[in-house]
Amino acid sequence: MKSLGSIRRDFAPWNDPNAKPYIQFDKVTKKFGEFTAVNNLSLTIFEREFFALLGASGCGKSTLLRMLAGFEEPTAGRILLDGQDLRGIPPYKRPVNMMFQSYALFPHMTVEKNIAFGLKQEGMPGPDIERRVAEMLKLVKLEQFAKRKPHQLSGGQRQRVALARSVAKRPKVLLLDEPLGALDKKLREETQFELMDLQQELGLTFVVVTHDQEEAMTMADRIAIMDKGEVMQVATPAEIYEAPTSRFVAHFVGNVNMFEGRVAEHTANATRITGATGAQIVVDNGGNAAAGSDIVFAIRPEKIKVSSKKPADAVNALEGEVYDVAYLGDMTVFHIRLDDGQIVRASALNASRVTEDPLTWNDRAWVSFRPDAGVVLTR
Amino acid sequence: MNSTWSRFNITSIALGFAFLYLPIVLLIVFSFNESKLVTVWGGFSTKWYVSLFHNQGLMDATWVTARVGVISATVATVLGTLAAITLTRYTRFRGRVLFSGMVFAPLVMPEVITGLSLLLLFVAVGLDRGFFTVTLAHITFTMCFVAVVVQSRLVSFDRSLEEAAMDLGAPPVKTFFQITLPVILPAIISGWMLAFTLSLDDLVIASFSSGPGATTLPMKIYSQVRLGVTPEINAACTILIAVVAVGVIIASIANKRREIQRQLDEQAAQRG
Repeated sequence: MKSLGSIRRDFAPWNDPNAKPYIQFDKVTKKFGEFTAVNNLSLTIFEREFFALLGASGCGKSTLLRMLAGFEEPTAGRILLDGQDLRGIPPYKRPVNMMFQSYALFPHMTVEKNIAFGLKQEGMPGPDIERRVAEMLKLVKLEQFAKRKPHQLSGGQRQRVALARSVAKRPKVLLLDEPLGALDKKLREETQFELMDLQQELGLTFVVVTHDQEEAMTMADRIAIMDKGEVMQVATPAEIYEAPTSRFVAHFVGNVNMFEGRVAEHTANATRITGATGAQIVVDNGGNAAAGSDIVFAIRPEKIKVSSKKPADAVNALEGEVYDVAYLGDMTVFHIRLDDGQIVRASALNASRVTEDPLTWNDRAWVSFRPDAGVVLTR
Repeated sequence: MNSTWSRFNITSIALGFAFLYLPIVLLIVFSFNESKLVTVWGGFSTKWYVSLFHNQGLMDATWVTARVGVISATVATVLGTLAAITLTRYTRFRGRVLFSGMVFAPLVMPEVITGLSLLLLFVAVGLDRGFFTVTLAHITFTMCFVAVVVQSRLVSFDRSLEEAAMDLGAPPVKTFFQITLPVILPAIISGWMLAFTLSLDDLVIASFSSGPGATTLPMKIYSQVRLGVTPEINAACTILIAVVAVGVIIASIANKRREIQRQLDEQAAQRG
């Protein structure tokens, strides 16, 4: 069976027409004075989903999260949680909890008091609070730090306290605002997997806001790419990467080569594209573009093969010259200047220690790719 | 940089400190003077301290000053804190610039003007001058100092702390008392102490707004000095200096210890 990306997903309520949406943004608009932070946005998130809002700063992703938490009210539109309209419900009455980017730990309280704070507010009896706090401390492996104050903890420990505090109340939805933004790279990677495990273990719905595409790709079931207050695409990480629906998304996530061109003709099971600079490209997934229309052909660097001779069986092969090479250890990145002037980026996995076909600066070289290696973008 | 004790350095330090402290040293020395004449040394004695405590007028004035100080500092702290919160939090209301200017204007207003205008007000509304009016006047002029101190803390206050508390289920009032207030408490205490000190120290405004039976210590000392400096006044001032010095020393030791504790904590955190 063919599938996009390398992971088979068994959890996919978004493909099930009968699945009940859990969180619904229904034509939500948020304006701050003249500035429109979120523009007529609709979005559906399902129960137990790990959902990521990905975008550059100022794209409205944090505003979306803050509206869900209740710190901002939409200017127009509705937000539904489990069928209930959240309008007018203050943050302290919403069944969602948030983990803040700054962690927002209460500096005058110990770790255990911080974690117990939310439980106290809902009037849980003392012994139950103690039990729950102990459970949470165990969950984030901070048992021996219970009596410490936040300033006596390292960054990673603070992050885990913030996490424990936000899940202690067993919220229906956990909102995470740049949860790993303040950690260093190594710790961030470890914590990504910890968060995923935690989400599985607790069976909660996670909505995470991040500007880090790798973080979103690693953790999320689905990603919404946002730009200027609008959702550009909502899809699984593999779909976002392998089947972007717009130039913006293709460009935003990972590296990409773009060929400006026009659809020359559709045949039975292929589409022929004429590049603006003359390159002829044949693809088998261009059916969405009308013949004669201007399009962009987008292809990821690792889908392009570089060789010194023209591969005999290649459907698409373009000739050029090696313009730049970079050896990165696990892979080698080539920049090839095609004869029509366009520069193509290609990356080759160094699957073996020796290579049969070494290339260097200014060598003549061919780039080739399969007809299903790229995507045709109409917008 | 050259850090040796050159003759020039030593001389400048000696001169500088002499300039600052010679008057105070003289005052302290002469408070232990046996002689009644302030400028003639007649041997060591503590009799002026004993007689000080039998001087009913001075003791009454001290009591008035303490009560005025505590009450005015407390009320000024409450009002000043509220003003500071409003000015930092509600940044979008009309006339905010005017309002904040008006809160802080008394900081630079000459005391004579503040005193005189208060006096005119009290006379106009027919308020008998006394303990109540001095306290009211002190609240008025110390409030803005509290507002400045608290506001500077609130500017750096992380609002997400309050959002986190509300997110965890605490309504706004509870959030204020359980999170905001404890976090800004050190600034509020500093504000209170500043207000208290200013109130203790004030002569001009108290002179305008006070009446019979509510003479504050600075007023009492000033009026006695006009009749001639007595060693008793020297003794009273020496006690005041001692109280202030002990206060400052305790505060700085506490500060230093907190600093050291914080460094230890941070090291502990690094080690995990």
